[in-house]
Amino acid sequence: MSRPSSPNFSPLWQLTLARWRSFYREPSTIFWAFVFPIVLAFALGVAFRNRPPEPVWAAVLQGEGAPAVFGALERSGQVKVQVYDERGAHEALRTGKVALVVVPATATGPRTYQFDPTRPDSRLARAVVDDILQRAEGRVDPTKVADFKVDAPGSRYIDFLVPGLLGLNLMSSGMWGIGFVLVEMRTRKLIKRLLATPMKKRDFLFAFGAMRGLFLLGELPLLIGFTWLVFHVAVKGSLLLLLGCATLGSLTFAGLGLLTASRAQNTQTANGLINLVQMPMFLCSGVFFSSERFPEVLQPVIKALPLTALNDALRGIMIDGAGLAQVARPMAIVAAWGVGAFLIALKLFRWR
Amino acid sequence: MTGNLPSTSENAIELRGLVKRYGTVTAVDGLDLAMRRGECFGLLGPNGAGKTTTVEILEGLNDPTAGEVTVLGRHWATDEAWLRGRLGISLQETHLQERLSVIESLRLFRSFYDHGQDVEALVKLVSLEDKRDTWYSKLSGGQKQRLAVACALVGDPELLFLDEPTTGLDPQSRRQLWDIVLGLRAEGRSVLLTTHYMDEAERLCDRVGVVDKGKLIALGTPKELIATLGGEQVIEFVTDRPLDEAPLAALPGVRAARHVADGWALTVNEVHVSIPALLQHLGRLGAPLHRLSTHHATLEDVFVSLTGRQLRE
Repeated sequence: MSRPSSPNFSPLWQLTLARWRSFYREPSTIFWAFVFPIVLAFALGVAFRNRPPEPVWAAVLQGEGAPAVFGALERSGQVKVQVYDERGAHEALRTGKVALVVVPATATGPRTYQFDPTRPDSRLARAVVDDILQRAEGRVDPTKVADFKVDAPGSRYIDFLVPGLLGLNLMSSGMWGIGFVLVEMRTRKLIKRLLATPMKKRDFLFAFGAMRGLFLLGELPLLIGFTWLVFHVAVKGSLLLLLGCATLGSLTFAGLGLLTASRAQNTQTANGLINLVQMPMFLCSGVFFSSERFPEVLQPVIKALPLTALNDALRGIMIDGAGLAQVARPMAIVAAWGVGAFLIALKLFRWR
Repeated sequence: MTGNLPSTSENAIELRGLVKRYGTVTAVDGLDLAMRRGECFGLLGPNGAGKTTTVEILEGLNDPTAGEVTVLGRHWATDEAWLRGRLGISLQETHLQERLSVIESLRLFRSFYDHGQDVEALVKLVSLEDKRDTWYSKLSGGQKQRLAVACALVGDPELLFLDEPTTGLDPQSRRQLWDIVLGLRAEGRSVLLTTHYMDEAERLCDRVGVVDKGKLIALGTPKELIATLGGEQVIEFVTDRPLDEAPLAALPGVRAARHVADGWALTVNEVHVSIPALLQHLGRLGAPLHRLSTHHATLEDVFVSLTGRQLRE
């Protein structure tokens, strides 16, 4: 059987075109797919941007040694310091105005630090203040050290966040864009209508895959470009590898979307199923914070989730500049999910 | 017009002992049917009679529980691809893609067929030129249904299935669809149409099969079926007195009398003879006449006489 050679009448092309048109002609899909991730990246990037270090607040109790202590602390430039009488000092400590009260040494007793050890800022203040005063009084550190301040692009929260958002978006657009759309088509008997033609099921499914690819070509440059311009989030590794990894993730979640949609007869069921699949990964797969924060016993499970693996691979490429060899393992996990889901979905899928 | 080699079987459709059960419910209960090539055949019956189930089995979208199904001389089990390319199908309810225009939807369906009709010509055939670039979601019910028919025609089918093409449409939209079907019939296409509108079956179909409760209860041309009533006119009247059937049937010119929902229906040959006789009869009994009407006998009357029920309930 030969097909007419005009590409206009290639069924795969027409089906892809139909998917593409249904996608871009629906303003809300455009918002959720393209605008929302950028808004989220912007909001979280601004909320968690790095601020200059907070100064340490301390009070010095009035008395004989107070001016010397006050002077040493003020010269350091690291401490906001004020002199109080005894009542005022305790009041300031209690209300949190200062983190530490310094009682200078007297003839009868040593220098004393008054603070609440359960307050982290108080513990920090004690360490900083003691360090400054000891040095001012002539302490010599036995080991020379050097500080290296890290606030360069690549190690900030936004750098951690962007690959996670990319992974999240690939998951949700795949699940909704395939799973939900297919169930809706089944409910509207459109799948049945298409099945009543000589259309090949293969073409029908490939069109969804092709649509994922088109989506990715829009999503990837948009999110990466935006965060690069606004937050200077850079891709350290190969862009080509990033694209390959994102494509793999996209197809895997397309497969999972297909599996979720394989039996559902109405959109409410589909809705519930998609949320059921997505929720654990939304929370545990290291989108907004590292998946390592979950208890040790859960780690093998969390590591095996497709979104965790995808996020690990994307972060490796974007932040650490990892090559194919370093991300091969997580990518293999992603691929295994994709192939498995697709094969099972083909067995289960309700075409009529 | 088509590059397809026509199949050789004389009948477009043959059904033998078709049964379809869903659990304990029997939707189709031993149906035998033969539809000839080139005829427009109507399956007429009330909702739930098993029409759609029968048609979907013929379309290869549903599997029979028992019975033999032959379409264009072939079987679904062995020749699905062959059949798909030669059938045109309009389902009872289809919603096409909301945000595709008329012409885009037609191009999509056209792409599935090796040979077929020109999509622009089809737009014209179903009078949707003004709506060529309008999204499906913005079409009226009648326009959507005409597009569904155009999508069924796009592969230039040897056999066309139209399942309840006018259900839920306003009278004008129904007439527009009728014109399309009459045009197809004039071209000599084989069309299987289901409907629960008797006027539709009467207007459009060469032959009609009346289906009730999963069984074929009558088969013939609309004329033949109406002729089985014995008369061409029907007198309907309502009175609040109980009447006997026999004296009514014995009135001059009356072929048959039967009790219907709230009154009586008499099948007659000559209204002008039977009405005076009826009035006289009622006068003698002192039965007051609340309503009296006459009409040409229709397939509706055939259905009522066969089942004792109205077609549309």
